[in-house]
Amino acid sequence: MTAPAGPDLDLRQIELFLYREARYADEHDYDAWEALWTDDALYWVPAGGDLTEPGAQMSVIYDNRSRITTRLNQLRTGRRYAQSPPSSLRRVISNVEVLGREGSDILVGANFMLAESRDRGVEFWAGRTIYRLRIADGEFRLAAKQVLLVNRDQPLPTLAFLI
Amino acid sequence: MTDPVPDYARLIEPDRVHGSLYTDPRVFADELARIWHRTWVYVGHVSEIRQPGDYVRKHLGLQDVIMTRGGDGRVHLLLNRCAHRANLVCEAERGNSKSFRCPYHGWTYRNTGELIGFPFNQGYGGKGTIEAELSLAAVPRIDSHRGFVFGSMAPEGPTLAEHLGEAAGELDRLARLSPDGEVELTAGWLKHRTRANWKLLAENETDGYHPQFVHGSIFSVTGSPIGALYSDKSTAVTRNLGNGHSENDLRPEFRRAGEPMRWFGTTQARVPGYVTGMREAYGADAEQILVEGAPHVMVFPNLFIAEIQVFVIQPVSAGECVQYSTAVQLKGAGELNGRMISQSVGSVGPAGMLLADDTEMYERNQRGLAMLRPEWLDLRRGLQRERVDERGLKVGRATDETAMRGFWSHYLTLMEAA
Repeated sequence: MTAPAGPDLDLRQIELFLYREARYADEHDYDAWEALWTDDALYWVPAGGDLTEPGAQMSVIYDNRSRITTRLNQLRTGRRYAQSPPSSLRRVISNVEVLGREGSDILVGANFMLAESRDRGVEFWAGRTIYRLRIADGEFRLAAKQVLLVNRDQPLPTLAFLI
Repeated sequence: MTDPVPDYARLIEPDRVHGSLYTDPRVFADELARIWHRTWVYVGHVSEIRQPGDYVRKHLGLQDVIMTRGGDGRVHLLLNRCAHRANLVCEAERGNSKSFRCPYHGWTYRNTGELIGFPFNQGYGGKGTIEAELSLAAVPRIDSHRGFVFGSMAPEGPTLAEHLGEAAGELDRLARLSPDGEVELTAGWLKHRTRANWKLLAENETDGYHPQFVHGSIFSVTGSPIGALYSDKSTAVTRNLGNGHSENDLRPEFRRAGEPMRWFGTTQARVPGYVTGMREAYGADAEQILVEGAPHVMVFPNLFIAEIQVFVIQPVSAGECVQYSTAVQLKGAGELNGRMISQSVGSVGPAGMLLADDTEMYERNQRGLAMLRPEWLDLRRGLQRERVDERGLKVGRATDETAMRGFWSHYLTLMEAA
């Protein structure tokens, strides 16, 4: 895939990248999903509290690049019981907007709805995702993904899949 | 069983318990009356309401409780129910306020519970008429140990010190890991909805048999030494602390290694500021504290300290509960505090690389309990090799079910004291 490096970002190209990332997550394609991340990655699912000091507060997920690998390696063992068997997942991403640029990074916002089915039952997840995209070698890469669940201040069921 | 009412002496035997204890709504109703709304239950920590006027909403059993710090600096536990028409007087999860104003008719209460205002008061004959009888209800008894605040809905009964008994020393041991001697629970809470009976969690907290199996995936990926602490060869012990409390005492393993900070999976060179602060604070005692590390203790019925994490179990129904979890913060511990948060975020809560798997087990247990045969859950592991230690407490090997037997023995005492 190619992405324009200039100021005129092609929203369609961005959307196609977000859809691809979502499909890898839905289909538990851990290798393809891991390959999207930059070395300075941050995968963050805040809990109810303040968003300004993540290092001083509990988060549902706050993974740097190394911890993303640990999380995926645990899934790859097949004995991550909270995902063994894996949840059946499908998500819809919409309301995609370019929010701005920080240096060479592009900030993109989108909303999502996700159905998760497993033996326990069907869970409905929804929220807003803020992506930080970077273009390297003509391709989009994922530098950060912050997932703001609509119910993050409430008790959440187990969230062991890639959201 | 088809008893008209549960007969607890028949359902709880020394080495097995009946499955209906986890599923029967009548048992859950009895537990609310005889355990959650009677005995001492952990509610919150003083560090969550530092300043006068600070408040935070908590639970005590099914009760929605506001923990406040009054203008006098004292901690209060108030039930979140207006004395007029039972509306919630506090909607925010936390904040700072001298008073709570019910949105329904504007009745206003001081943050210590007294009614101080009711609009159009001539309808009640003016001011100074109904205030004495219509205040917010306070939890009848409140007490704390090392800043851990407990409440009891029973006006009378054993004191908190009597209830905690041998478990108090484990809270002391946690506080002693702070150079200032204080635990702080200020990192915020994860809330994990769990479709399982609360007792499955309470029993699992000090079950040393499961870690190698349930957590084998993460131990293998990270090369964690935790699994070995719970191996068949481990010198760690499981101790029944009495009153339903129990611990996995890992100190024998850490003493054998004799390395400061090994309990945290690190070395003193990685946290120099912390170990220096500890040596300045505790002198010759610091070595032992830094080697032996933090407790792994379940305080009946709902407070669990797993070294660097604090968990609170909130019952919802026979088949559902909520787990709250946070990282321990130690006052004056410097760089260690951030590391404890980082490690805890990776381990606990809905996505935790440890706790999500425990929770998967709880929920599968609950589904398994719907099967009618065999009727019992087995608790006999290690019964034949249990001993009594120098403190007079029952001790088993690291993987033995000594803790569960202690839990059920106390549970039976409370449930029979109708």
